[in-house]
Amino acid sequence: MWVRAGRTLRPWAAGAHAAAVEPQAASRAYGVVTEFKEKPDMSKFPVEDIRNFSIIAHVDHGKSTLADRLLELTGTIDKTKNNKQVLDKLQVERERGITVKAQTASLFYNFEGKRYLLNLIDTPGHVDFSYEVSRSLSACQGVLLVVDANEGIQAQTVANFFLAFEAQLSVIPVINKIDLKNADPKRVEKQIEKVFDIPGDECIKISAKLGTNVESVLQAVIERIPPPKVYRKNPLRALVFDSTFDQYRGVIANIALFDGVVSKGDKIVSAHTKKTYEVNEVGILNPNEQSTHKLYAGQVGFLIAGMKDVTEAQIGDTLHLHNHPVEPLPGFKSAKPMVFAGVYPVDQSEYNTLKSAIGKLTLNDSSVTVHRDSSLALGAGWRLGFLGLLHMEVFNQRLEQEYNASVILTTPTVPYKAVLSSAKLIKEYKEKEITVINPAQFPDKSKVTEYLEPVVLGTVITPDEYTGKIIALCQARRAVQKNMIFIDQNRVMLKYLFPLNEIVVDFYDSLKSLSSGYASFDYEDAGYQAAELVKMDILLNGNFVEELVTIVHKEKAYSVGKNICERLKDSLPRQLFEIAIQAVIGSKVIARETVKAYRKNVLAKCYGGDITRKMKLLKRQTEGKKKLRKIGNIEVPKDAFIKVLKTQSNK
Amino acid sequence: MIPSGAQARSWVASVRATRRRPRVDSPGQSPSPERACRRAALYVHWPYCEKRCSYCNFNKYIPRGVDEGAMRNCLVTEAQSLLRLSGVQRVESVFFGGGTPSLASPHTIAAVLEAVAQAVYLPADSEVTLEANPTSAPGPRLAAFGAAGVNRLSIGLQSLDDTELQLLGRTHSVSDALQTLAEARRLFPGCVSVDLMLGLPGQKMDQWLGQLQELLYHCDDHLSLYQLTLERGTTLFTQVQQGTLPAPDPELAAEMYQEGRAVLREAGFRQYEVSNFARNGALSTHNWTYWQCGQYLGIGPGAHGRFTPQGDGGHTREARIQTLEPDNWMKEVILFGHGTRKRVPLGQLELLEEVLAMGLRTDVGITHQHWQQFEPQLTLWDVFGASKEVKELLAQGLLLLDHRGLRCSWEGLAVLDSLLLTLLPQLQEAWQHRTLLPVSGR
Repeated sequence: MWVRAGRTLRPWAAGAHAAAVEPQAASRAYGVVTEFKEKPDMSKFPVEDIRNFSIIAHVDHGKSTLADRLLELTGTIDKTKNNKQVLDKLQVERERGITVKAQTASLFYNFEGKRYLLNLIDTPGHVDFSYEVSRSLSACQGVLLVVDANEGIQAQTVANFFLAFEAQLSVIPVINKIDLKNADPKRVEKQIEKVFDIPGDECIKISAKLGTNVESVLQAVIERIPPPKVYRKNPLRALVFDSTFDQYRGVIANIALFDGVVSKGDKIVSAHTKKTYEVNEVGILNPNEQSTHKLYAGQVGFLIAGMKDVTEAQIGDTLHLHNHPVEPLPGFKSAKPMVFAGVYPVDQSEYNTLKSAIGKLTLNDSSVTVHRDSSLALGAGWRLGFLGLLHMEVFNQRLEQEYNASVILTTPTVPYKAVLSSAKLIKEYKEKEITVINPAQFPDKSKVTEYLEPVVLGTVITPDEYTGKIIALCQARRAVQKNMIFIDQNRVMLKYLFPLNEIVVDFYDSLKSLSSGYASFDYEDAGYQAAELVKMDILLNGNFVEELVTIVHKEKAYSVGKNICERLKDSLPRQLFEIAIQAVIGSKVIARETVKAYRKNVLAKCYGGDITRKMKLLKRQTEGKKKLRKIGNIEVPKDAFIKVLKTQSNK
Repeated sequence: MIPSGAQARSWVASVRATRRRPRVDSPGQSPSPERACRRAALYVHWPYCEKRCSYCNFNKYIPRGVDEGAMRNCLVTEAQSLLRLSGVQRVESVFFGGGTPSLASPHTIAAVLEAVAQAVYLPADSEVTLEANPTSAPGPRLAAFGAAGVNRLSIGLQSLDDTELQLLGRTHSVSDALQTLAEARRLFPGCVSVDLMLGLPGQKMDQWLGQLQELLYHCDDHLSLYQLTLERGTTLFTQVQQGTLPAPDPELAAEMYQEGRAVLREAGFRQYEVSNFARNGALSTHNWTYWQCGQYLGIGPGAHGRFTPQGDGGHTREARIQTLEPDNWMKEVILFGHGTRKRVPLGQLELLEEVLAMGLRTDVGITHQHWQQFEPQLTLWDVFGASKEVKELLAQGLLLLDHRGLRCSWEGLAVLDSLLLTLLPQLQEAWQHRTLLPVSGR
C-alpha cells in the first residue's frame, strides 16, 4: 500500500505484513458474541455451505472497516463503537489504520433459510509479501476488491487484482465510501470496466463506515463465490497459510483444509520438514481461537501441534496424516529475500540486546534471513535479508519501537547474480550461476559471462498532469516502459520494468514529491535481467576503503560515485594535509572531491581562565581520535562511514 | 609580614619613582631569588560591564548599582587570604581583567595593589596591567589609574570600523578608541596594548588589512589579533544561527590571520604567542606566566588560579575557580575570607600536558631547561624523539625538535590544536611507559 501512512513509518511502509508478529493477547479486547457453550460441531457445515474469501484493497480504501461490518452483521462481534478494525490486532495497525498482519475469521450467516460458514481470510496488504498473499488466496475461491469511490483505482488495487485473477478467483468489486462528498462511484465503475474488464453493474456500492448496503456484500459472497472443491472422504491435506508464535503455546498455524478431517490427537506430518507432530488443539477463528472437535474439508481454522519455531510451519507447507502421505499442494517456496541491509548497533555495547531483539522478531518471521556480519567501521552486526523494502522498514521500526533498540541501517542492496565462465570458479562455487550479496565477493569481469540484476514490474497510477515528470523519473531510473493507458479521462496507469536496485532507496519519495502525493506505486517480482555491473572502489589519498565498495550499474557509476564522494567530503574532518576522495572503477577515476588542509586551527584566546576548558576539550578530542579509523595516514571518524553507509533520509 | 598603611604608600610611591618598566625579550627567564613555588602572578577579576557585547560569553554582569566599597573590601580580603594560603613571597605581575575593570575606581585598584604589597614582595617594576574600554577611560581617569599603580594598559579597541563596532555591541566609536589610545600612549609610553578582531561576519580581507595598517600608524609596541570565536549563548551566535548574519568564513579568517601576522612581522613585531605581537621587547610578563605554566592566583568572582597551597601545607598544584556570581562570591568572602568554589588537584601528567599545550603557543616553545623544571627524568627527546607520528609533523615542517627544545614552526603555530592531538597522546604514552620503569633516586 503506497498511500498515506503513519507519521513515523515511511509512506511506502504502510500496509505491511510485518511477518514478525508477537501475538498481542492483551489487545484483543473486543466483545465476541458467538459464544459457544460447547465446542461447535463443525461437521454440520458441508462443503456446499462454505465460502472462503479475502478482502483486497489499496491502503485506506476501507478493507478493515468493511471486515468490521461483516463481523458485526454476522454477530461474530458486538456492534459497538469500539469495533474499529477488529482484525487489526497489532497496536501499530490500529494506530495507523493499516493492516500489518493477516487475520482470519469464520462468520456464520443465515441466508434464505440456510446457515452458511463464511471464512474471511485476510491477506497481508502488500506485494512485498506477494508469496504470502498468493498462499492466502489459494485457500479462497473469491475476493472482495474494495475501491475508494473518491480515489478510484490505485497501483495496489491493480497488483492485488492480478494476483486474484491469476489464482482464477471470482472477483466481486466493491466501491466503498459512497457517502463521501467527493465520491464518484460512476467514474470508478468505468475504471473497473476498463482496467479489469468487469461489467460496471457487478460493482456493489457501499459505505462500510455507515454500514450502507453491506448486507448485499454478504449475499454476493454466497451467490457469486463458489464453494471450495474439496473432499471430506479423502485423506487429510491442509495448507498452512500463516503462522504466529505464542510464548506459551508454541506455533499457532492457520490452516485451510483441502481434503479430509483433522482432530485433536491426530499424528500429522509436515510435507516440507517431514517432521511428525501430535495435534494438541484445532479450532476456528472467530476471530479469537475457538477450539472445535474437528475441522473438515473446506474449512479454515487454527492448529497447535507442539511446533517450537515458525520455521516448522512455513507458509505454503502442506500437512497430512502420519502414514497417509498426499501430493503436497502446489506453489510452496521458501522465503526469498530481495533486499539486504546491514544492521548494526549504534553502540557496540548494545550488541547483545540487539541480538536478542532480532531473535525475538524473527521467531515470528521466518522470511527474514539473518547472517552475522562485521565492518571495520561499524563493528559487529548482521546482514539481514528482507522480502522487500516495506518488509525491511517495518522490521526496523519494530526493532526501534518494540525493543527500543537504536540501530544503524545501511543503504539497502539487492542480490546480484553472476554467470561464471571460469571453470575454476565454477568448481569452487559448485554452480555456474552465483548470487552476490557482499560487494567484496563480486567476481571479476574476466571470470564472468554476464552479470544479472533483479527486476520488478512496477505500476504507477497518476493524474495525467504528472505523467511527463514521472516518465522522466522512470527513465532516469533505467526503467523500460511496458504499457501506458488512460484508466479514465484524467488518470494514467504506467507499467515499467525497473531494476530493483533503482527503487530501493528513494524512488517512492521522489515519485510522491513530484506528483504532490497523488501518484501511487506498487511492484511485483519480475525475475532477473542481464546488466552491465561494475565494482566501484572508494580511495582516500590512494588507499582503498573496504567499507565502501559498491556494485553499480555502469550507467549509474558516475552519479553514485559522485554522491559517495560528496557525502564523504561533508563528513571527513579537515586534517593537516589535503585529502583526495576518489571513486574508481578498476584504475579509472570517475569522481573526485577534495578536503582542503587546515590552514588555521588554534584557539585564539588562551589565558589563565581558559586553560581548564581548553585542556578538557583537547582531552575529549584526543579520546575521540583514539576511536578513529586510520586509512593510510588519514584519520576517519566512525561517523563519516555511518553518514555514507546508512540509508539516506528524505532529501 | 605585618600590613601597614605606611608600607603600602611606600609601594605606590616607589612605582611613581620607577614609572618605566624594564623590557625583556623572554620575561620568564628573568631570574629572581625566590624559587618558582614562592612566586606567582595575580589576576583580579572585575565582573561588571556597562553593556553586554554581542560576542562575549565571559563571566560578567550588567549591574544596576555596584556597591564598590563592598566589592573593594572583598577583593582585598580575598587577595590577602589566597596569598597567605599559597605561601607565595613574591608577586611579579598583576592583571586587572573583566568585565570592564576600567569602570572600577582608581581607588579600588590602589587598594588591591596596596594589600598585595603589604602581604608580599611586589617589586616596583612589576607589570600591573589594566584592561580598559575606550569610553570608560578618558584621559584624566587613565592618569588616576597610573597614580594608583597601573603601569600597562590593554585597550579593547576591537575594530577601526564603526559599523563593526556596532555589530560587536561596543559602546565606543573609532574616534573614541583612537583618542583613548593616544592618551594612553602619552601616559604609559611603550606599555599600551590594543586588541583587534578578525573573522567577523561579513568582514572583507582588504578592508580588514586597511584597519590593521591604520592601527599600525597609531599603536604602541603591543598588539593582539583575535579571531572571533562564536560562543554559544551570545547574541552574535544566535544571529548567525538564525541566519540574520552571515556565518564567518573560516577560510577567510585563516587568510586574514596569515596576512596579518606577515604584515606585523614586516613592521618589526615579534609574534611571541599565537595571538600576541610585541616590538621593542614589550611582551606581557603576566600572560607569559600563563603560557609558561607559572603559578597564578585568581581573585574576584569566577577568577581562575593555579598554585600549590603551601601555606596550607599542600604539595600539589591545584586548579582553582572562585564562585561565579558576584553577590554569592562576596558573601563567601565575608564568611570564609575567600570565595574558592572548586579545587582540582593537578596530577603530574596533567601539569605536563598543560606545559605542552600552553608552551607551544609561544614562539620560544618549550625549551629543554623549561621542560626539565617540570619533569627532570623524561626529556623532550625521550617523549617525542622516537614517535613516527611526531616525525611526520617534523618532516612536514610544522614542528621543530632540536637542541633548543620543542616548538612550532611559523606554519605549525596556526594549526597548533591539530598538532596537540598527536603530541598529547604521545606524552600520555611515554608517561605510562615511564611509570612502569623502576623509579630511582626520587
